[in-house]
Amino acid sequence: MSTTGKEPVAIVGIGQTKHVAARHDVSIAGLVREAAARALADAELTWADIDAVVIGKAPDFFEGVMMPELYLADALGAVGKPMLRVHTAGSVGGSTALVASNLVAARVHRTVLTLAFEKQSESNAMWGLSLPVPFQQPLLAGAGGFFAPHVRAYMRRTGAPDTVGSLVAYKDRRNALKNPYAHLHEHDITLEKVQASPMLWDPIRYSETCPSSDGACAMILTDRAGAARSPKPPAWVHGGAMRSEPTLFAGKDFVSPQAGKDCAADVYRQAGITDPRREIDAVEMYVPFSWYEPMWLENLGFADEGEGWKLTEAGVTELDGDLPVNPSGGVLSTNPIGASGMIRFAEAALQVRGQAGEHQVPDARRAMGHAYGGGAQFFAMWLVGAEQPGS
Amino acid sequence: MARYAREVAVVAFAQSDHLRRTDELSEVEMVMPVLHQVLAATGLKAGEIGFTCSGSSDYLAGRAFSFTMTLDGVGAWPPISESHVEMDGAWALYEAWVKIQTGEADTALVYSYGKSSPGSVRDVLTRQLDPYYVAPLWPDSVALAALQAQALIDAGETDEAGLAAIGARSRASAGANPHAQLSGAVAQGEYQVAPLRTGDCPPIGDGAAAVILAAGDVARRLCERPAWITGIDHRIEAHSLGLRDLTDSPSTRIAAEHAGVFEAPVDTAELHAPFSSQEVVLRKALGLAGDVAVNPSGGALAANPMMAAGLIRIGEAAARIHRGESDRAVAHATSGPCLQQNLVAVLEGDRA
Repeated sequence: MSTTGKEPVAIVGIGQTKHVAARHDVSIAGLVREAAARALADAELTWADIDAVVIGKAPDFFEGVMMPELYLADALGAVGKPMLRVHTAGSVGGSTALVASNLVAARVHRTVLTLAFEKQSESNAMWGLSLPVPFQQPLLAGAGGFFAPHVRAYMRRTGAPDTVGSLVAYKDRRNALKNPYAHLHEHDITLEKVQASPMLWDPIRYSETCPSSDGACAMILTDRAGAARSPKPPAWVHGGAMRSEPTLFAGKDFVSPQAGKDCAADVYRQAGITDPRREIDAVEMYVPFSWYEPMWLENLGFADEGEGWKLTEAGVTELDGDLPVNPSGGVLSTNPIGASGMIRFAEAALQVRGQAGEHQVPDARRAMGHAYGGGAQFFAMWLVGAEQPGS
Repeated sequence: MARYAREVAVVAFAQSDHLRRTDELSEVEMVMPVLHQVLAATGLKAGEIGFTCSGSSDYLAGRAFSFTMTLDGVGAWPPISESHVEMDGAWALYEAWVKIQTGEADTALVYSYGKSSPGSVRDVLTRQLDPYYVAPLWPDSVALAALQAQALIDAGETDEAGLAAIGARSRASAGANPHAQLSGAVAQGEYQVAPLRTGDCPPIGDGAAAVILAAGDVARRLCERPAWITGIDHRIEAHSLGLRDLTDSPSTRIAAEHAGVFEAPVDTAELHAPFSSQEVVLRKALGLAGDVAVNPSGGALAANPMMAAGLIRIGEAAARIHRGESDRAVAHATSGPCLQQNLVAVLEGDRA
C-alpha cells in the first residue's frame, strides 16, 4: 500500500429527487432510494459496486426518527457494508460528502455512496428547533430571527444599499427555473414582487428566505481506477475542509466568522488557488437568506471586506456574469435542510462535469461547493475540477 | 501493519464516573473534565490537535443540535477542524482514524457522551425503529433484547443460569473499575421481560469518554506503550428483526475478518454487550477462546452510558495495552436493536 499522498477522489455519479414541499407518495426510505438509484444510474454502477455508505441529515427531530440510518440500511443497499451517519447541523450535507471522500482518499474503500436528505413534511422543523432547554437561550423565532441582526450588522458595516438582498433572491429564483430538480419554480417572478413581499424578520423579506423542502441528494465517489471506468466525465476533488467555532462568545464576528475564512483558505491551499475570484468558474454557496450572498463573497475571499455587495449589484454573480453564484437556484429555491449542503457540493460537481443542463456555466473547469450550519459556526467546503489533481 | 497507509494508535483514554443521575451537571460540565484529563495525559492542548470528532444523540439530550453546545467544552477557539457523528463515539473514532489515514492530521481528539437520566431511555430507543410500521407500537429495547435471548435459549446456545453467570462475572470484574456504575455482588432480580432479569440488563446512567489518537512517531512520543489500531471495520445488517437470525451476528464476523481479528489470538476482549445474552452472540461471532479475558472492565452490564459505551470499550482495551496487561486485544461497539450494527477494532502493543 502506498504511503505517499492521498488517493485522488472522483465524483462519477450524482442523483437528486425533484424537491417539493411534501412527498406524500414515498416514505423516507423511498425518498433516499430514489436519489441513490439515480446516482448509481448516472455512474452506470449497481448496488454491488458500493463498498460503504455515508449518510447525513440535520436533526433527527425534523422527522422524529432517532438515528434513521438504522432503519435506512436496507433501502440504501448497506446490509453487510459499513454505514456512517454524520451530523454537523446545517453544514451536514457538505461534511457528509467530505467524510465519504476521505474514505476513498485514505484508500480504506474504493467506491462509496454518500447521501443526504430531509423530509420536512414528516414533521415540523420550527418545532424541531424550538424545544425549550433550561438555562440556555432559545434560538428565537426560527433561523431567520437568529440571522436577521447579523444581516443588519453587515449592511451597517459596509454601507450596502437595502436593495441588494432582493437582487440575490430575484437572480436565484430565475436560475431555479432552469433547474428541473429545484423546489420553487416561480415563472411569474419579478424584482418588484420580491421587493413587495412581506417583511418577516427586518431586513429579511418573505421572498428572500429559503423554502421548506422534501428531498435527497446522492453522489458516488471513487478512486482513479473507478474514474477510468466512468462512462461520463468525472469531477475531481481538489480540496476539502471543515472548520468549527463556538455558537456564542464575545469575540465572535457573526458577519464574517473566522471558521469560514480558515476553511476557505485551507481548501484554496489544497487546490493551489491563489486568486479565487479569477480562478474559480462557479460557486454553489449556502445562501438561505438572500443577504448571505454578499456576506459570503467576502468571507470566502471573492471580494475584499465591504465589497461583496458591489459584485452582486454589478451582476457579477448572475448566471451569465463572470463569477456565477448558485446557478442551480441555491438554497433560496430548494431547502431540504440536511441535503442542502450536499446539493451545493453536487451542483458544483455537475458544473465541472458539464452535466448541469440549462443552468450550465459555459466551460466551468473549477467550482466550489460551500455549506454552513448552526449559528454560522460549522463550515464545510470543497473545490472540484474537471482535471485530475496534479495532472 | 501493511493493511493501512499509516500506523495509528490510541495514546490516551479518560472516562467519567458513570452515575444513575447527574442532574447537577450540564453535558458540557460532564464532558470537560474528561477532555482535560485526556489532553493532560499527552501534554497536548486542544489547539494542537489535528482533528476533533464527537459522537452523541439529540434524542437523549431532548433537543436539536445538542452537540453544538457541547463543542464549547473543547474550547474551540481559534476555529478547529471538527466533525460529529450521530452515533456512538466508537464511530467518531473511526472517522478520526480515517482522517489520520489521509495524512491530513497526525493527532485526533475523540469524545462522546450521553445522559439517559432525564428521560425514559426504554421509550426513547423505540424512536430508532422503522417509523411507519414498528415505532408506533413502542416496542422497548428490553423487550427486543428478550426476543433475542429467548431465541438463543431455544437454539440451545445458553440458558438462564448461563446468562446470570455473565452478569455476575461482569459486575465482579467491575469491582476493580472505579468508574463503573454497578459492581460487586448484584442480585439477579426479577424478570424485566422474560427470560431477561434485572441482572441481565444494563444499568441506565450518564457518562462521557474521550480518546486521543496519534500516528507513528507522534504516538511513540506521546505514549510509552501505544495501543496500535492494527485493524478496524464496521458493518450493518438489515433493520427488521424478522430478516435476521438473532442468534448470530454476521456483521460482527465480517467486521472482525476485515479488522484481522482471526489472524492471531487475542488475550482481551472488550465487548459492547448491553444485555448478557448479547455476549453469547458476540463470543461466537468473534470466535473467542475460553482463556480470553472478556470485559475485564465490567463491560456494559456495569456501566452503559449511551453513545459513549462503545468508545469506552476501545478505551478500556487500549488502557490495558498501555498498562502492559494485554498484547493483542479486540474491542467491539454496537448500535441499533439486537446488535444491528457492529464495529470491531484490533489493538496491539509493541512486544518487549
